[in-house]
Amino acid sequence: MWQFFHKLGSPRWFYGIANRFMPWLLVMGLVLTLAGIVWGLAFAPQDYLQGNSYRIIFIHVPSAFLAQSIYVMMASAALVTLVWHMKLADVFVKAVAPVGAVLTFLALFTGSVWGKPTWGTWWIWDARLTSMLILLFLYFGVIALGSAISDAKSSARAVAVLVLVGVVNIPIIKYSVEWWNTLHQPATFKLTEKPTMPAEMWVPLLLVVLGLYLLFGWLAFYRMQTEILDRERRTQWVKALNKPQGAA
Amino acid sequence: MNVKVRPAITLAERTVSVPSAMIAVLRRDLQVSFRQSQDIFNPLLFFVMVVALFPLGVSPEVEFLRQAGSGILWVAALLATLLALDHLYRHDFDDGTLEQMMLQPQPLFLLVLAKTLAHWLVTGLPLVLLAPVLGVMVHLDGNSIGILCLTLLIGTPVLSLIGSIGAALTLGVRAGGILLSLLVIPLYIPVLIFGTGTVMAAAEGAPVGAYLALMGAFLALALTLAPFASAAALKISLSSS
Amino acid sequence: MCPALMPGSFCRPFGQCPSAERYGALMSEPLLQAVDLHCERDDRLLFQGLDIAIVPGTITRVEGPNGSGKTTLLRILAGLHDGYSGDILWRTQRRARCREEFLRNLLYIGHRPGVKSLLTPLENLRALMAGRQRHPDKNLRAALDGSGLGGFHDVPCQNLSAGQQRRVALARLLISDEPLWILDEAFTAIDFQGVGRLEQLLAQRVVNGGAVVLTTHHPLALSGMQRLQLGQAA
Repeated sequence: MWQFFHKLGSPRWFYGIANRFMPWLLVMGLVLTLAGIVWGLAFAPQDYLQGNSYRIIFIHVPSAFLAQSIYVMMASAALVTLVWHMKLADVFVKAVAPVGAVLTFLALFTGSVWGKPTWGTWWIWDARLTSMLILLFLYFGVIALGSAISDAKSSARAVAVLVLVGVVNIPIIKYSVEWWNTLHQPATFKLTEKPTMPAEMWVPLLLVVLGLYLLFGWLAFYRMQTEILDRERRTQWVKALNKPQGAA
Repeated sequence: MNVKVRPAITLAERTVSVPSAMIAVLRRDLQVSFRQSQDIFNPLLFFVMVVALFPLGVSPEVEFLRQAGSGILWVAALLATLLALDHLYRHDFDDGTLEQMMLQPQPLFLLVLAKTLAHWLVTGLPLVLLAPVLGVMVHLDGNSIGILCLTLLIGTPVLSLIGSIGAALTLGVRAGGILLSLLVIPLYIPVLIFGTGTVMAAAEGAPVGAYLALMGAFLALALTLAPFASAAALKISLSSS
Repeated sequence: MCPALMPGSFCRPFGQCPSAERYGALMSEPLLQAVDLHCERDDRLLFQGLDIAIVPGTITRVEGPNGSGKTTLLRILAGLHDGYSGDILWRTQRRARCREEFLRNLLYIGHRPGVKSLLTPLENLRALMAGRQRHPDKNLRAALDGSGLGGFHDVPCQNLSAGQQRRVALARLLISDEPLWILDEAFTAIDFQGVGRLEQLLAQRVVNGGAVVLTTHHPLALSGMQRLQLGQAA
């Protein structure tokens, strides 16, 4: 167990493992996502209230879902960084923070596009949109702090502290924004909380969510590999990678 | 430099008690602040000016001000706190005092707590004391002003405590002031929401006990967690300098 | 009271109180040890495989050209910098496990002396000592006098020269009973006479059984000084 844990900390070992997993993640992710999206956009039944415009949930919900869980993953990795000083954990945080920010932005953008036909306006200070906006701020903070500190190790650890502080705050922020929202605009039209969503709608949604998770896994591995190569560029094994196959 | 006060060299068993070390930190920081009184007055002036911008920039009508007043005051107080935060560790970092504090045998998070308290006493507390005057200027009624001051009294220490984490994290960064704001503002949102929400509830005649209790919970949470995070952040920042 | 019962003394083997013979043994065992120290900064190797033992009654001078990592090494030894690999032991215990005891026995004066320019020398010295040891003002004033600041006790430090400000920090040496001193460029901005008196202070310190680790660009005339040369790693 401990040996495995130790190995997991080795960037070189991870680099090789990632190479083995990445094609699978990419192919499965693409298949699931495409299947889900095609099914959802072309074959799923229309919504009886919103017509076709609801179909944006096949992008909106998965990206919002993933955006939030990426932050939680980052927080777990941050804990590992601070407690066990594992290099891979901070490589992970650094590699996925921009991905999380992009997905949060995508969720906000699709939410706002969805808002136009449903609410008649591009932006509404709805509780969920607002907390996603704050999540985006948190992501920006993490990225900004990470790039402001030049020393790789301190940068990683400072970011880890910030991510953990953020993750303690996320439930508080979410709760207070919901409370604030009910205080200011009672009874908004809730979109996704329809328990009677037919299976033809939620199955493709589930497919997209799963597919996007796998694609995220692929992207995370890819970005981590890049980051590892940059950090370890002076080591023998990275130099060996650069040599043409025959020469080695 | 041959002086007789030098005691014998032994492994030190004695130690200064934690409370008295904390008091020493508090006392030194207050002394420094009072000698540099701009550090106290500038955030206050900023607070007043930001509040004055709203009637000028939005509307001086009594109705609007009465409705938005608590929010304006809270936002202005939040910005003023933010402005003063960068000083919390910056001077100490530059002149080496921070290093010496980290090398004190007492637990660092308690010394950090003392520093944050000193900072709140000179930047947060004056805002609370000035708030009634500004409350009158934005036409809040007496009851609302009372509640507003109470929420500020509970809320501004939370702002200082959370802010101290950000200040510690951005210590080694050049032009850390703006970065500090970016990091800290999202974390301030719950305090802001409940601060203004409490006053609005009071204006509508609703009971505010539960809201105040929640803000008290924020304060308790910040008091217990923030000093640890700040201490960890300070160690990281000093380690890279 | 047996110190083993006091908080913070738990890194000593259980049940052992520092008796006279224990103290005697202490004189020869290293206070601070660094084992296989390795440090890189900004992609540059500063040192590797460095073993250091700081024994009571010795002065260790860390030497090397600018940028060779002298300050970093001293900060690592003082526990201010943790960007290193290797072990640091305080009296044969891992330092991380006896932080409090280690810090109680360490006096560190860095590049930045920790003197607040708005406070007077007396207030500064009082604040610097407050976390470590209680001293009546009489002792603090005597230390300031001894450090060459007679007559300036109550002048705000911003009105003093750079050398005088450094002397405020150095006054701590006169009332310190910490066995380990780590002094980073302590002689900067100190005049010729002051340096001479500091040398005397250090020499006497060593005779009394203290341990000193320092860096300085001044030529020091101290007998029995160990040299630690950095800057050959790369």
